[in-house]
Amino acid sequence: MKQFLRVAWVVMRKDLTVEMRSREILYTTVFFAASCVLVFAFALVREGRPLEDASAGILWISIAFAGTLGLGRTFERERHTETLRALMLAPSDRPAIYVGKLLGILALMAIVEAVLVPMVGLLFDAPIFARPHWLAALLAAGTLGFASVGTLFAAMLVRARSRDVLLPVLLYPITIPVIIAGVRGTAALFQAAPDEPMARFWAALLVFFDVVFVTLSLWTFEPLMTE
Amino acid sequence: MSRAFVPLVIAGMLLFAAAPLVVAGAPFEQTMGLVQKIFYYHVPSAMLMFVSAFVCGIASAAYLFRRSAAADRVAVAAGELVVLFGLIVLVTGPLWARKAWGVWWEWDARLTSSLLLWMIFVAYLLVRRFGGPGSEKLAGAMALFGMANVPFVYVSVNYWRTLHPKTSVVMALEPGMRAAFWFCVAAFAILYVLLLTLRKRLEDRQAAVEQLYLATED
Amino acid sequence: MKRTVLVLLVFALLPGAALMARQPAPAARPPVPADPTAPTTASQPAPERVASQDFVPVSALPPQAEQLPAAPLVIGAYAFVWVALLAYVWMLWRRMKKLERELADLQRRVQTHETRGGSA
Repeated sequence: MKQFLRVAWVVMRKDLTVEMRSREILYTTVFFAASCVLVFAFALVREGRPLEDASAGILWISIAFAGTLGLGRTFERERHTETLRALMLAPSDRPAIYVGKLLGILALMAIVEAVLVPMVGLLFDAPIFARPHWLAALLAAGTLGFASVGTLFAAMLVRARSRDVLLPVLLYPITIPVIIAGVRGTAALFQAAPDEPMARFWAALLVFFDVVFVTLSLWTFEPLMTE
Repeated sequence: MSRAFVPLVIAGMLLFAAAPLVVAGAPFEQTMGLVQKIFYYHVPSAMLMFVSAFVCGIASAAYLFRRSAAADRVAVAAGELVVLFGLIVLVTGPLWARKAWGVWWEWDARLTSSLLLWMIFVAYLLVRRFGGPGSEKLAGAMALFGMANVPFVYVSVNYWRTLHPKTSVVMALEPGMRAAFWFCVAAFAILYVLLLTLRKRLEDRQAAVEQLYLATED
Repeated sequence: MKRTVLVLLVFALLPGAALMARQPAPAARPPVPADPTAPTTASQPAPERVASQDFVPVSALPPQAEQLPAAPLVIGAYAFVWVALLAYVWMLWRRMKKLERELADLQRRVQTHETRGGSA
């Protein structure tokens, strides 16, 4: 178990170190997410102001799009430098490598969300501080669900054809329930009177999704990555 | 051609041809009247869509973990049938809904999750077709997630408030309807087995052709 | 001949289009019924729209407020099922024929290879 965690930690550190040198993926993904929010805000305008109930949806859509982009770019870098093959050749537990990559993606998405949430709060006058711990719980659970499936598929697609378009094609039908749950929970929190029981229900559902997705991903990562 | 095949085909065709007659003989539902008859094709198709998703998932797991090529061929056959039966469900449902609910579509838990299940398997077929070499494994993973989705689709209607009838309806049918319904289920089930067998046979043939190509390459 | 068929088709589709156009606008959705035996939209929207002080019996309503005819929907549904299944079987049949031809062709090639004593 300790070995497992060590490998995961090392893989994550490697990813973050490489990323911190140029910060290319970080900056471009954050900017892309911000533009997403703006595009949706402008598209869903009535009488000069964006639709208020749209804030939760826009937040989660931007997270989903930015996440897909970040996943694609991260693994493109792996493919380019052939490090994924090197990782697979290493005598370590495959699921540990998966967890390491997942943690790296989670870190990236956490930074993106740290920028998006205040932005949404500002542009839509959304009460992000009304129930901050519930909001954080929803975001954490939802991001984990999205990223767990995303990391698996992005890793699988590294050697496939048409990988850029196939990632969203494969990812979205599976993760849309996660997004729906996230949006509903967040919308419940952003109401004038935050509906905590509702948010709790959706958070619980998200945790359920997380358990299923992470388990399935851990289980299938090894046979998928071996030739 | 196995021994059971031809009698099964005949049985299937007879059942299927007789189904409209059986359905016409079933009593009218009190509030929905004629349009409720769509139920007799809509529900068995949905049942088979779920069954096929399970078959595809289990076959994909066998392919991924046991590297069984035959299992992969069953998986692709089952995957196509999920899309086919899912299409039937998604077309007959709205036709019924237009009359029963007044709208073609509702974004409630059951309809949304069914549509997503269908889309997962459409993506399954897309990745098999356009994913290039090694896409069978990718698709296999997709099928596993699709299979995990099925129980969620099934119970969604019981746990969320939806316009769609709950799962308890099937067991609570009145006798006249029950006979017609299970007749249709049997007809569809036989049809499903036939289609699956045919499709798998097609895949077997394809694999044989590819092997021969490799053998004659030089 | 083709033009005649086309014209006939258009004339056949026109009543269908007219039927679609005649539908009453989808009114308020019914309160969420939990099972199919609960009253559905059948008679609810019309009386609500005529909402007035007096009670208006369903039989006194203008015929336009009557429900959507069910027959085209049922026929359409059944027809679609048949068409979908037949189309799929036909697609399988075509592919199977093509594959059998290829297989026969390849087997012949393999035989000629072997008779020539070629390496395989």
